[in-house]
Amino acid sequence: MSPPADDRLLPRPTEDSRPFWDALRSHRLDLQTCADCGAVRHYPRPVCPACHSMAVAWTTASGRGAVHSWTVSHQAFHPAFEDRLPIVLATVDLEEGVRMNCRLDGVAPEEIDIGLPVEVAFEDVGEGMTLPCFRPRGVRRGGS
Amino acid sequence: MALGYHRPPDIMATLKETCCVTGVGETAYTRGSDKSPVALQMEASLAAIADAGLSPRDIDGVIPFSTGTAVAEDFITNFGIEDLRYSVTAPMGGASCVAAIQSAAAAVAAGIATHVLLPMGRRGYSGPRAAARVAAFPQFRIVGEFEMPAGAVAPVQLYAPMARRHMALYGTTSRQFAEVAVTTREHAILNGNAVMTKPITVEDHQRSRMISDPFRLFDCSVESDGGAAVVISGAERARDMRRRPVYVMGVAEGHPDSPSAITQRPDLTVLGLAKAAPRAFRMAGVGLDDIDVAQIYDCFTYTVLCQIEDMGFCAKGEGGAFVEDGALGLGGRLPTNTHGGLLSQSHMAGMNHVVELARQLRGDGDDAQVPDAEIGLVTGYGDMGDGSIAIMRR
Repeated sequence: MSPPADDRLLPRPTEDSRPFWDALRSHRLDLQTCADCGAVRHYPRPVCPACHSMAVAWTTASGRGAVHSWTVSHQAFHPAFEDRLPIVLATVDLEEGVRMNCRLDGVAPEEIDIGLPVEVAFEDVGEGMTLPCFRPRGVRRGGS
Repeated sequence: MALGYHRPPDIMATLKETCCVTGVGETAYTRGSDKSPVALQMEASLAAIADAGLSPRDIDGVIPFSTGTAVAEDFITNFGIEDLRYSVTAPMGGASCVAAIQSAAAAVAAGIATHVLLPMGRRGYSGPRAAARVAAFPQFRIVGEFEMPAGAVAPVQLYAPMARRHMALYGTTSRQFAEVAVTTREHAILNGNAVMTKPITVEDHQRSRMISDPFRLFDCSVESDGGAAVVISGAERARDMRRRPVYVMGVAEGHPDSPSAITQRPDLTVLGLAKAAPRAFRMAGVGLDDIDVAQIYDCFTYTVLCQIEDMGFCAKGEGGAFVEDGALGLGGRLPTNTHGGLLSQSHMAGMNHVVELARQLRGDGDDAQVPDAEIGLVTGYGDMGDGSIAIMRR
């Protein structure tokens, strides 16, 4: 049985980020895009830092990226992750030019290096939330 | 589309030597305490105020730690202050304490306040731990929504990718991190008021438990209970006060680009200190070679060598080599964290670093005194890469 949502650190979407989380629920990685100048930005925010427009659009990302940096955590710091240790947390450069920090599955820690090609996967975690995570590119996505 | 940006003129030079550290105070640093976090801050503050030769009622400005448990009202009610004229916070995590010196200097220089108290204290060991504390920081709103749900919860997990990338790009090694841990421990043992008092070797460091790769247990600062405080007074007043004044020659804060999360900074290996340090040195009118002693924010070993690079003591990527061979020890090239730092003395968010710099420049460093220390610096590092620095002289 899943622990209660309060014990699982589920994201709490805001007015600025809700479309991002809604897309993930449909297993789509959507990125906030300036409706005026087209600059892609992440994490979601109300103002385009390139042209200061507040007109927002969302575009679906390729889901492909490469490892920028990473850590392998051997301590959970929260009960929700104790049974998943060690956790690989990867900072990923997406093809669209923005970065995310997500769990990286399906790779041995010693095989990780800067530039490792990865692709997004989706983990349904209940409460109507889906988290993005990454896997080495070319590895079949697990069903969920 | 490029927008025009007019960089403001460098008017901060007017803050040079307008204020002094006139009092410092600390509680005992422990793991476990039966005192409230407010009481710990009051105890350290009373010690700092007494050191300055002042009455608690003389305090007319206070800069409470931004996410601490005591607010300005606590100091008014505990000290019976009749007319507190200045209260702000510097919400920059571990960069707050040194950034608060800039705010205090500005307030004193503008004539708003005469004696500004900078208190810090907490039960970091026996109260909420770092992972729980940072989640409450307003700066962690984005991390809380987008990174913590993946399992990146504690600072050690959020900072490790900075160190890992530095290692991958520049060949920095865990043994070089160990040099920082070992030297800092030696200093804590000399200090006497420190949580960690057992000598360690590089091999001990290498055998210590991996927490979040590349950070081992001995790369991490020590959660502890206690309080530390300083009093900042106008330079004119300071000349007639109880203790030899320690002049603030230059002070600045700096924020990295795109700091919503560490992972979003364009270059993970560069901190806001890289922007702040040149401004502080320009204000002070001194150079790197003039620095006799340094108190460098050391939440993790890596943070020290990264800041050494960002201040320009060596080029980016050379920090690992810089810290080898006892360079940070007494008698080394840059005696650093002579009190034992956050790594071994106590995690007081760097207020203990400010206290120690003042002690060194007064010649009160006891067994860890850097001979003839005239000029020194203290830095702060805040969670998303915020930086702060103060350069002081005796």
